[in-house]
Amino acid sequence: MSETTNGKPKVAFFDFACCEGCQLTVVDSLQTHLDLLDAVEIVQFREAMTEKGEDYQIAFIEGSCTRKSDEERLFKIREQAAIVVALGACAHLGGVNALKNLHPLNDVRKWVYGDKADWYETYKARPIGEVIDVDAVIPGCPIDREEFVRVVKAVLMGKSLPIPDYPVCVECKLKENVCLLLEGKPCLGPVARAGCDAICPTYGDGCEGCRGLIPNPNENAMNDVLAEAKLTVEEIMSRFTMFNAYQMQEREREAQVAEERK
Amino acid sequence: MTTMKIDVHHVTRVEGHGDIVVDVEKGEIKECRFEVVEAPRFFEAFVRGRPYHELSHITSRICGICAVGHSTASLRATENALEVEPSEQTVLLRKLLFHGEIIDSHVLHTYYLVAPDFLGVGSVVPLVETHRPVVERALKVKKLSGDLCAMIAGRHTHPIAMAVGGFTHLPTEKELRDMKARLEDARADMDETIALFATLPWPDFERETEYVSLKKDDEYTFIDGEIVTTDGFTYPIQDYRKVTNEECVPYSTAKWTHHNRESYMVGALARFNNNFDQLHPRAKEAAAKLGMEPICYNTFLNSGAQAVEMVHCIEDSIEIIDELLTRGIQPEKPQDVELKACEGVGACDVPRGILFHNYVYDENGICTEANCIIPTNQNMANLNADMKALLPQIMDKPQDEVRLMLEMLVRAYDPCISCSAHFLTVKFV
Repeated sequence: MSETTNGKPKVAFFDFACCEGCQLTVVDSLQTHLDLLDAVEIVQFREAMTEKGEDYQIAFIEGSCTRKSDEERLFKIREQAAIVVALGACAHLGGVNALKNLHPLNDVRKWVYGDKADWYETYKARPIGEVIDVDAVIPGCPIDREEFVRVVKAVLMGKSLPIPDYPVCVECKLKENVCLLLEGKPCLGPVARAGCDAICPTYGDGCEGCRGLIPNPNENAMNDVLAEAKLTVEEIMSRFTMFNAYQMQEREREAQVAEERK
Repeated sequence: MTTMKIDVHHVTRVEGHGDIVVDVEKGEIKECRFEVVEAPRFFEAFVRGRPYHELSHITSRICGICAVGHSTASLRATENALEVEPSEQTVLLRKLLFHGEIIDSHVLHTYYLVAPDFLGVGSVVPLVETHRPVVERALKVKKLSGDLCAMIAGRHTHPIAMAVGGFTHLPTEKELRDMKARLEDARADMDETIALFATLPWPDFERETEYVSLKKDDEYTFIDGEIVTTDGFTYPIQDYRKVTNEECVPYSTAKWTHHNRESYMVGALARFNNNFDQLHPRAKEAAAKLGMEPICYNTFLNSGAQAVEMVHCIEDSIEIIDELLTRGIQPEKPQDVELKACEGVGACDVPRGILFHNYVYDENGICTEANCIIPTNQNMANLNADMKALLPQIMDKPQDEVRLMLEMLVRAYDPCISCSAHFLTVKFV
């Protein structure tokens, strides 16, 4: 990796459609890891500083791409940065922004901006990885601050840190939580990607799948489990779409294409 | 300086999130405004079709800084719609959690975002070297407030245990006692904070305007109450549209609002001006040290009001914990809900000002209509009026100084367009 005069790699933070909660989590992680500031030089972080440098090597991107005009910004970042990291569910999955995609776009614009709808540019919300190549992902809504520190360390050592591909249930069992499905609460634990230390079930709320689904999830078995917990089809579907609407729609589209080919 | 006509709506969208545009020609102001160019996210449209229990979890994602505020306003809207009455314990825990968020947000704004302006640096980072005790104090209070939120809701951004009718997880009495000790310890940090802020050279700028906030007679309220204004108006929260009167403006993805005048202001200064009597005595002392009394018309002192509120929230949190410990934590579950076709409004005074959520549900508890009005939108017209009033007073100064003053004015509002500050590009066209 190219280095700066002081030997520290230059890092920049960018955001697109998001709540900036992940960048705030980054700021919070400095409370306990002030030494991170010794390892890198932050040249751009609009949320926290005025200075603005364009010669960064590592770019962290929070948020989804929701307008055609965002694409150009993303291309520029990709061109400059040696390493691009998607920060959080909006960048990684599309996240809650992609709930918009479940409605016709014109209807969505008219609902919020009425007869002024044409003033506001928008298109289907998509993960950053659908627009540019992404080298690493820090999942979650918001990101886990310890995982952020681990990923930064790995990137600085030129390694990539694999994110867990086992389900949240594994971490939840290790914490000896009572299974929420037994209480009839919707929980995506069996099919959702771990790495959050099962924080939502630990605080009494079922997993919402904010880190995405594991590879090859057994969705039929998952549906059976949710149905056994007396959840309606609508409740089950709404759990799956909360953070993964983009992926659910893509999968449906692929299935349709496969069906048409037959 | 030449005259230029620019289709600002397009130019700035490429630029980023919020811009100041200034055009002065031979001493005449042609343009002076603040633009919001954040990508619209359409929450109100896409929560339609979602079940009632998801609404607070989805709308929390509107904002990473005031996630607890959005969750609380959302839950109160749903509870008012479904006629769910939260228990006294729930009410106390929500207030305590809310105080955590107010402190967290205010310390971020006053220390990380505003203080660098006065200390002549571009961010908090160089202060680690030059003003280490100040930074360490900020980090300590920030961590305290974050831990307070996590103790109750699992984390601050985005709270987990908050549910319609109660909490899905409760803090232990030991956790509450430990937290109380830390809050008591933070009193000294608050004294230092007020002492520091009393020395800062706040710009001398006043413009009369209307201040809007929630009000309760018996407490300095952040959750529920009536809508009041310094122009003497009072409304029940269901009538919020009579105050907000939203409209679209071409150079902003945030809608603007106005009430009795061309603009009004919400936030810490508005609460301070409307609810000074309900502040904790120690917070009133802090205000005196800052030379502040209601009605204060200096927008820059919104940050001073935030410091006063931090003192209040530390003190009130200690009192709430005492009450919770006296009562003992009851192992309650969230209350049962009976679904029906209904509508409800929830209102909270979040760090940046009064926030409204309004939902309509069908008989299956599915959301069919939603409206959220956030504080930053309500402040947009007032901010622009302030800029137009401030510019003539300072435009003979060097351009860099004018730029800094205008940036500081915008930062004083603690805008949450993309949640914070230091994101401004000032264009002298």
